[in-house]
Amino acid sequence: MDILANYGSTLVIFAAIVGFVMAWGIGANDVANAMGTSVGSKALTIKQAIIIAMIFEFAGAYLAGGEVTSTIRKGIIDSSFYIDTPELLVFGMISALLAAGTWLLIASYMGWPVSTTHSIVGAIVGFSAIGVGMHTVDWGSVGGIVGSWIITPLIAGVFAFVIFNSAQKLIFDTDNPLASAKKWVPLYMFLAGFVLSLVTIKKGLKHIGLNIGSVEGYLYAIAVAVGVAIIGKFFISRLKFKESKNRRANYINVEKVFAVLMVITACGMAFAHGSNDVANAIGPLAAVVSIVGNDGEIASKSALAWWILPLGGIGIVAGLALFGHRVIATIGKGITHLTPSRGFAAELAAACTVVVASGTGLPISTTQTLVGAVLGVGMARGIAAINLGVVRNIVVSWVVTLPVGAGLSIMFFWMIKGAFM
Amino acid sequence: MSGNTILGVFAKSPLKPLEQHIRKVNECADLLPSFFVACTAGDWDKAEKIRKDISSLEKAADKMKRDIRNELPGGIFMPVQRTDVLELVSQQDKIANKAKDISGRILGRQLVIPAELSDDFNSYLTRCIDAIKQAADAINELDDLLETGFRGREVKLVEKMIIELASIEDDTDYMQIKLRRALMALEENMNPIDVMFLYQIIEWVGDLADLAERVGARLEIMLAR
Repeated sequence: MDILANYGSTLVIFAAIVGFVMAWGIGANDVANAMGTSVGSKALTIKQAIIIAMIFEFAGAYLAGGEVTSTIRKGIIDSSFYIDTPELLVFGMISALLAAGTWLLIASYMGWPVSTTHSIVGAIVGFSAIGVGMHTVDWGSVGGIVGSWIITPLIAGVFAFVIFNSAQKLIFDTDNPLASAKKWVPLYMFLAGFVLSLVTIKKGLKHIGLNIGSVEGYLYAIAVAVGVAIIGKFFISRLKFKESKNRRANYINVEKVFAVLMVITACGMAFAHGSNDVANAIGPLAAVVSIVGNDGEIASKSALAWWILPLGGIGIVAGLALFGHRVIATIGKGITHLTPSRGFAAELAAACTVVVASGTGLPISTTQTLVGAVLGVGMARGIAAINLGVVRNIVVSWVVTLPVGAGLSIMFFWMIKGAFM
Repeated sequence: MSGNTILGVFAKSPLKPLEQHIRKVNECADLLPSFFVACTAGDWDKAEKIRKDISSLEKAADKMKRDIRNELPGGIFMPVQRTDVLELVSQQDKIANKAKDISGRILGRQLVIPAELSDDFNSYLTRCIDAIKQAADAINELDDLLETGFRGREVKLVEKMIIELASIEDDTDYMQIKLRRALMALEENMNPIDVMFLYQIIEWVGDLADLAERVGARLEIMLAR
């Protein structure tokens, strides 16, 4: 107990710094996945992508990140075992952050794709199961989280398949694809705006102290979605087309319309990413703050400290601003044959899936969901070629991340424990 | 880097290079009429030069073919069967090879198309090259086909193009029969070995249209799945 009393503020500051670094790493790392498709299909320039990512990652983190943070903070570990030794939980959460942060750094340096979610969950399970005892982990929720890593890419894939097929039926396979695109693309914008705002309103806002009734929530969401669609329509109407009888030129014009949609799905993707992944950095920090703040009492129901979500949001944005453009520039070099019309379905499906998952408080892997969505579009014959070898590498690195994150966090846990006790 | 991002998942599309390849093949075959004009005029130096161009275009097409094969490693997931892509590129490449063979054979023997046949022969050659152009146009729709996910209107349009290609090939068959008959009437007073080779050239030129039609057939199979 006296450890927390004597070193409480030191521990909080330390946790805050490590959490901030971790958020930074998430911003620098995952921006490529969240914004890559938009930059790759040339719907956005690198500069625009960074600006959009900054605004929407922060908004997602701040407005919709609370639910997942709670899960990371108290859903993985059965905290009743720590009632007598809260300092162990504090040390553990700090080691988990250190471990995940270290692993992210190493992986970024080596150019391996890793999932921030996997590394933090692995790290928390690791220190708790090995450092303290197998019984301290809430294996039921861990099973649920791991299950969601398999299910969410599937859901995103099915979504993407359906969205792409509908776009084919409504837009490409018509007499005048351009006119159809102008007519139907705002509907997709509406869909994106509706799902994102609904989940935010219903699940996210209560963490910043706003409570909105369910009917009101739907009305607000519809209002936002209509707003998004109108803005999109306005930009589409401002596009300049070279009218021509040639079908090929017609397709180029259709792509222009989809590029506007792609901007909106990119915003959605950044928002979704912020809402889910910010928790990986600040969940453990929130746990430390709440334990220290309550003098060692592990409260199951304590509100997030007001400064935690913004700290994570700012961390992500800082990582984006300083390293994001380098990451995205590298993507720009590996130009793909991805066009807006083929990329939007994947992005829209992934963004919706991630935001819905964030609303239920599941920490899922954003990258994984996006890969699932891309495969879905591929199944719908919408992508020229998918490199299954790369998909396999990505999957392998996800699997490897779990034991590595666990191992590192056990090591740090014993180090910190040795230093203080 | 590609390993670190989602974009590594998108492999290079094999369809664009297929289009570029058939354009190159088409360019190569397109030199044949001017080659025959030079031969008929007895300008063997010029014919030699055109033959060199044909040969270098054929080499370029060959290189493209190899690149397509190499860039299509295992584990690529495509909306079309990889075997279809590989078959199609082989089929396309044969057209360029045939064009090179024709020009090589003519130049090697300094073979001149008899004046009585020359009009018929030229229109026959032109029609065979039309078939190649038609095949190239059909292949060039691949990108738009992908855009629509290989169904609906775009597929119908390509099918129409392939039917048109078949009818061009039919034309060349009739023209070939006519040419053979005309040559038979002239056989008496010609060098027998030249006659043998002329028959062969007529056949080879016809093969250009046959091969082009096979490209169309391959494309049809690709769409049928």
